[in-house]
Amino acid sequence: MTSMHRPRKTLAMPYNRVVTITLTAAMVAGCGPDEIVEEFVVPEPVENRHVNILYWQAVSTMNPYLSGGTKEIEAASLVLEPLANYDDSGAMVPVLAAEIPTRENGGVADDMLSITWRLKQDVVWADGTPFTARDVVFTGEYCLHEEVGCSADASFTDVDGFEALDDHTVRVTFSVAKPVPYGPFVGAVTPIIQAEQFKDCTGLRAPECTTENFGPIGTGPFKVDEFRANDVISFSANERYREPGKPWMKTVTLKGGGDAASSARAVLETGEYDYAWNLQVEPEILEQMLAAGKGEIVMGFGTNVERLVINQTNADSSLGPERRSLLLDGTNPHPFLSDPQVRRALSLAIDRQLLVEAGYGRTGRVTCNIVPAPPVYASTANEGCREPDPEEAKRLLDEAGWVPGADGVRAKDGVRLSILYQTSTNSVRQGTQALIKQMWQQIGVETELRNIDGGVFFGGDPASPDTYQKFYADVEMYTSNFQGTDPEFYMAAWVCEEAPGPDNQWLGTNMSRGCSAEFDALVEELAVTPYGEQRFATAKRMNDIVVQNHFLIPLIWRASTSARAKSLKGVRMNPWDSELWNIEDWHR
Amino acid sequence: MIRYITRRLLFAVPTLIAISFAIFALLDLAPSDPTGQLPLTIPPETRAQIRESLGLDEAFPIRYAKWMEQFFVNEPLNLIERAFDVEIGDSDSRTRVISYATRSPVVDIIAERMPQTLWVVGLSYVVGILIALPIGIVSAYRQYSWFDQVGTFVSMVGFSVPTFFTGLVAIILFSVMLEWLPSIYDTTHRVTDLASFWVQIKQIIMPVMVLAFYNAAQLSRFMRSSVLDNLNLDYVRTARAKGMRERAVLLVHVLRNSMIPVVTMIALGIPTIFGGAIITEQIFRVNGLGQLLIVAIQGADIPMVQTLTFLFAVLIVGFNLIADVLYGILDPRIRYD
Amino acid sequence: MAEQTYQDAPLHEHRSLWMDVWLAFRNHTGALVGVAVFAFIVLAVLLGPFLHGIDPQYLDIQARNAPVSWSHPLGTDNLGRDMLAQMLAGGRISLAVGFTAMLLSLVLGTGVGVLAGYFKRLDGLLMRSTDLFLALPLLPLLLVIIMLFRDTLRAALGPETGIFLLIVFVIGITSWMQTARIVRGEVLAIKEREFVTAARSIGTRERRIVARHVLPNVMSPIMVSATLGIANAIITESALSFLGLGFPPDFPTWGRLLFDGANFISITPARVIWPGLAISLTVLSVNYIGDGLRDALDPRLRGT
Repeated sequence: MTSMHRPRKTLAMPYNRVVTITLTAAMVAGCGPDEIVEEFVVPEPVENRHVNILYWQAVSTMNPYLSGGTKEIEAASLVLEPLANYDDSGAMVPVLAAEIPTRENGGVADDMLSITWRLKQDVVWADGTPFTARDVVFTGEYCLHEEVGCSADASFTDVDGFEALDDHTVRVTFSVAKPVPYGPFVGAVTPIIQAEQFKDCTGLRAPECTTENFGPIGTGPFKVDEFRANDVISFSANERYREPGKPWMKTVTLKGGGDAASSARAVLETGEYDYAWNLQVEPEILEQMLAAGKGEIVMGFGTNVERLVINQTNADSSLGPERRSLLLDGTNPHPFLSDPQVRRALSLAIDRQLLVEAGYGRTGRVTCNIVPAPPVYASTANEGCREPDPEEAKRLLDEAGWVPGADGVRAKDGVRLSILYQTSTNSVRQGTQALIKQMWQQIGVETELRNIDGGVFFGGDPASPDTYQKFYADVEMYTSNFQGTDPEFYMAAWVCEEAPGPDNQWLGTNMSRGCSAEFDALVEELAVTPYGEQRFATAKRMNDIVVQNHFLIPLIWRASTSARAKSLKGVRMNPWDSELWNIEDWHR
Repeated sequence: MIRYITRRLLFAVPTLIAISFAIFALLDLAPSDPTGQLPLTIPPETRAQIRESLGLDEAFPIRYAKWMEQFFVNEPLNLIERAFDVEIGDSDSRTRVISYATRSPVVDIIAERMPQTLWVVGLSYVVGILIALPIGIVSAYRQYSWFDQVGTFVSMVGFSVPTFFTGLVAIILFSVMLEWLPSIYDTTHRVTDLASFWVQIKQIIMPVMVLAFYNAAQLSRFMRSSVLDNLNLDYVRTARAKGMRERAVLLVHVLRNSMIPVVTMIALGIPTIFGGAIITEQIFRVNGLGQLLIVAIQGADIPMVQTLTFLFAVLIVGFNLIADVLYGILDPRIRYD
Repeated sequence: MAEQTYQDAPLHEHRSLWMDVWLAFRNHTGALVGVAVFAFIVLAVLLGPFLHGIDPQYLDIQARNAPVSWSHPLGTDNLGRDMLAQMLAGGRISLAVGFTAMLLSLVLGTGVGVLAGYFKRLDGLLMRSTDLFLALPLLPLLLVIIMLFRDTLRAALGPETGIFLLIVFVIGITSWMQTARIVRGEVLAIKEREFVTAARSIGTRERRIVARHVLPNVMSPIMVSATLGIANAIITESALSFLGLGFPPDFPTWGRLLFDGANFISITPARVIWPGLAISLTVLSVNYIGDGLRDALDPRLRGT
């Protein structure tokens, strides 16, 4: 133990000296003191070293493998750490790993069938025991155990097994070639749990270990003092944290409950809290709260895109459950949305800039791509959508034979362009719905709006007619994104055979039920294309097929948005990983 | 009376079993799903596995029977064990009612939530009654006086403006503009001395008043109308004619006879204290039983909802019985046998 | 007993009874003001849309969050919808929902309450079903009802009428229990009073006793339930719409306007003041009308 502590003490000395030197240098250079504080940790004697964080959805457990909710994953990221995570620019950085394995450094095998992680030496758990490869292997096996119902399952897709080569080397082998093998143990979704603590909590016993699940021992900057399910968590600094002098904060309170607008108020207007998570509120409300001058908005653009999904199958309610919204090998086309001219017209009619202004303000941007980021994957072929063109939309509809009827609604052969448009309940979404309804009205398309409780809409209960998979409507709207920085799995979800239906228990992922043979072929190609220009080009082409066919109509690129108190420094919003990823650097 | 109570209590057992079955069936039919709130990045196959690990793929009767066993046998045994520090049978293999969301025993979470709910909702109920009864009596006694008019106006506005609005106005006024009171309730706060008691008072004052205002509005209307009904009855005239003092007439005779609808209201209201106040708890983040229930409903946490609503049903049945007994005491002419 | 006189009164005297009631009602200032205010609200929502011709669903993008002006007398919301037009359109629905749902819940509640209180054989069964309804969690119940019936009703009656009926039904079926308990409590006491015993002793049929003697004497709690019921129905409707269980989201109702406007309270206060005032005024006026009716119907007061 003592030998482990010694190097840290010797390290601490020069560290402090560096700070002093830089401080003087910075003052000479004429920088404001604020910027120095941004860069370095300068502890002062009388300071508030407690931070209050507000999540309007309360945290239900500290074990992210048992609940994959964003709130649980982010709360757990204060305590548990992965081998590597993504920084705020989307780049991978080692955490418990000594370096990121690549093909160049030999970490990724040439046949792409395995990845070998080298772990940092001398990392200890908060209880003082050493962190070893055994913990990593245990974590992987914990999640892959069939009876756990592990929510991070997807990160371990195609994993064959884990092997501890020695105390600080782990190899993960895959059953198929993985051009991007950074699924397991990368990002806050798959942090390492302590083998010793969870050894009796595997399989069926996993949910019964309440003490362990509510108070996991970790290697991260904080440890759990008290956990109240769905209410509040108290943390205190982990004095064995591997980086000297960190975390700056001594204690953290993470409170849950309420709604987005009142969380924003607690930071921006009353100043009771220092940080509030996920503020999807109308821009004018946010601006007005900002005017109180107590806080600021922090945001980062990841891969969240609010999109319209256009049903390619007939969703008429008079059809029975054996036909309604089912692909049936293309024999059940939508009466008018199967016409590409109509879909193109619907997209052309939408003034996306207006949607951004009314519902998102600076926390949203117009996007014409379903994969808007990272930059290497963002296509530039669809920028035409930025300018709405209702005249062109009308022309297209006229050309396709859809002519306005007596009531102003276009029709052809007795089929009226009348759309049922559904989304989940959320005041910003209902605003967007109303705006789009009016835009479509101007080109002669009638719209009926419907909003469904989020728990039902995204719930996936096969008995419910209102889920987004059932899609008993013509158009639906929601936001989705992908984990990490590679869109392979995200886009593979839209292949033809993934159309939801009774044969796959409505678990399919191709909501629009749109089919393109070229797209399906590219999915297979992408799965074996190594990281590089060729991969980027294939992914962009796939994005273009989906967008140009208007199966999905991208609307808004949404930022992860939170609020921080002005006194709280060091917050760097990270849309690629846990928002609280650098909480050890937060200071005042 | 004793016979009546015994009969009612015996009758309560099948009633409660029927209620528990109805609740379970309802929750089973409802379209929400425990994986509904997970991020969309989690693929459907994983969701199916999660559902399976929760036991949702088992048949309805099996799940119901399991809950019955856990709730009526295992949990009480567990309580007894904890209370008397003994071990009955094989306590390790007894399964408890486990929440889908937190994967922890439901009963423990309910116990954790009880203090804040009793503080806020319970106190608001007491305050509400204390405001409502005098207002109701005075506005009936001095019908159409300015006091009555103001009372009517305030209570009608109080009832027609929902708590999500009064709560918001209170926060903007007292937390944002005046900065007197906190808008977020701290459930970890412990009262140890005078100063911490003062902090507690400050943090409960807004939710308590908002709720009390709403409850009082309703109750005072029933009180007023009931007193009005009685003031014109013959026995009041007789009592006055006999030279009884006005105060005695009002507080002894009229009040007692006007209490029946009010007792009903109060008895119906007490179980709702334990049901929590969903909206008010959300606004002020009191995170009591109301918030627990709504979060559980939204997340389709069936064991949690089932247990909470069943406890709620027990209280309803119990307090309705108490109300019936009180009717008999208030008005001896009411006979049950 | 006054009740006896009604019972044996020939038909033309009935008319004079209602004349009496009207005369008493006319002298009740509060009730008259209530009638005037209520009539004004009803007329406004019925005729207003003809005078103020803006479509409540039209989004005037240029005029978002606009203050009071000639073209938008109550300003606009954050999407540029005219508030006055929304108030008028919303009032029609809110009043319709409020009254129908209140009537349904009142009929159910009074019916169950009187039957349970008066007929001992029914008491156990009816009151235990009341307990059941009180115990059922509302939200899952609503989700199930909507899931089972929305599409059928929408197909049969169109989206608006279908959902209107569904909402009225849902609110009615989930709010009658309180009235039932209160009415039952009162009936239990009243049925032991002398005039009921007297009526029974001269052989009056049960149905007649209930209708002529019991019911008129439980009018005041019913009246209070009615006034509170309207407010409750209007607010519940907004909660339903918010959960996506009610009218389509671009369909204004008073409760919904209040709900949506709440967060905008410090930007455009008009968005909450007007709907809040409209609901309160409706409830207040109904309350005063109820007061007047109660006083006018009470034979002991009418003469004075």
